[in-house]
Amino acid sequence: MARIIVVTSGKGGVGKTTTSASISTGLAKRGHKTVVIDFDVGLRNLDLIMNCERRVVYDFVNVIQGEATLNQALIKDKRVDTLYILPASQTREKEALTREGVEKVINELSETFDYIVCDSPAGIEHGAQMALYYADEAVVVTNPEVSSVRDSDRILGILQSKSRRAEMGQDPVKEHLLLTRYNADRVERGEMLSVQDVEEILAIPLLGVIPESQVVLNASNQGLPVILEEQSDAGQAYDDAVARLLGEEREHRFMTAQKKGFFSRMFKGG
Amino acid sequence: MSFFDYFRSKKNSTASVAKERLQIIVAHERGQRDQPDYLPQLQQELLQVIRKYVQINDDQVQVEVDRNDRCSVLELNVTLPEK
Repeated sequence: MARIIVVTSGKGGVGKTTTSASISTGLAKRGHKTVVIDFDVGLRNLDLIMNCERRVVYDFVNVIQGEATLNQALIKDKRVDTLYILPASQTREKEALTREGVEKVINELSETFDYIVCDSPAGIEHGAQMALYYADEAVVVTNPEVSSVRDSDRILGILQSKSRRAEMGQDPVKEHLLLTRYNADRVERGEMLSVQDVEEILAIPLLGVIPESQVVLNASNQGLPVILEEQSDAGQAYDDAVARLLGEEREHRFMTAQKKGFFSRMFKGG
Repeated sequence: MSFFDYFRSKKNSTASVAKERLQIIVAHERGQRDQPDYLPQLQQELLQVIRKYVQINDDQVQVEVDRNDRCSVLELNVTLPEK
């Protein structure tokens, strides 16, 4: 039985796809057979972040509609052996994802994979609800910013009422907070919500804090999951998050500002 | 941070404003989320009944359901106008 993890947020642009790419790569790197599914039908992007955009032949919707087999649609990652990508369709409507169709694909993947990572589209509509419906765990990606925190709370409400686990009265979906684009300097200056603030408001356990970093854009430019930038702060923060997801205890890092001398604080700004 | 910011208190930081606003809106939205679907209609119909006897505005009737472990309580608050 595979563990099904949805990466979701409500708000767009907070780092869901970046996170899906890194978490799935991290899980696979640790030897777990992992597949990452792009649920953003119509706006396929995971393939680009994973650097397999030119290898897409068949997609998720093709498989659901019986136009291709799962093996034809799955793309094997070139960097990590145990990682596969199931790309979204670009041409169909979001409604092409039916609950039965998604269930069929997930059940088939469950037979051979250890982890299924579902990259949710933004919003709280059909596509997002399909992505989270079968989840066992949810990584709620949040930026330390008012609209993102509010939307995360909305998506938590949906996880608690509209997931399969909620509908069947099973144990609830296990929720994790992943705070991304965190700028400890601005937090220290009182310009940005702190980790503690967001934890207090959303009241779910913290999986990790990803510092705002130029490495993230540089990695996505090249189609490299940022977790593979092993020397970088963001890459290491994602690696910590994956370790915690697997039950390892790791101390949180990258949450405090670089210490600056008195003079540089007075005269250099920022 | 400029020279003068250094001496400024952190109390009125925009982050604390953000936190306060979020706490209020999130609590409000969570309250609504747990309410049964029939509540808005119930509120409308109660308003109509009350208006047969007393003139009140929409916002003078508040209906909420409080759920405890063993029972739910329907709480109805009607603010009557002063005579």
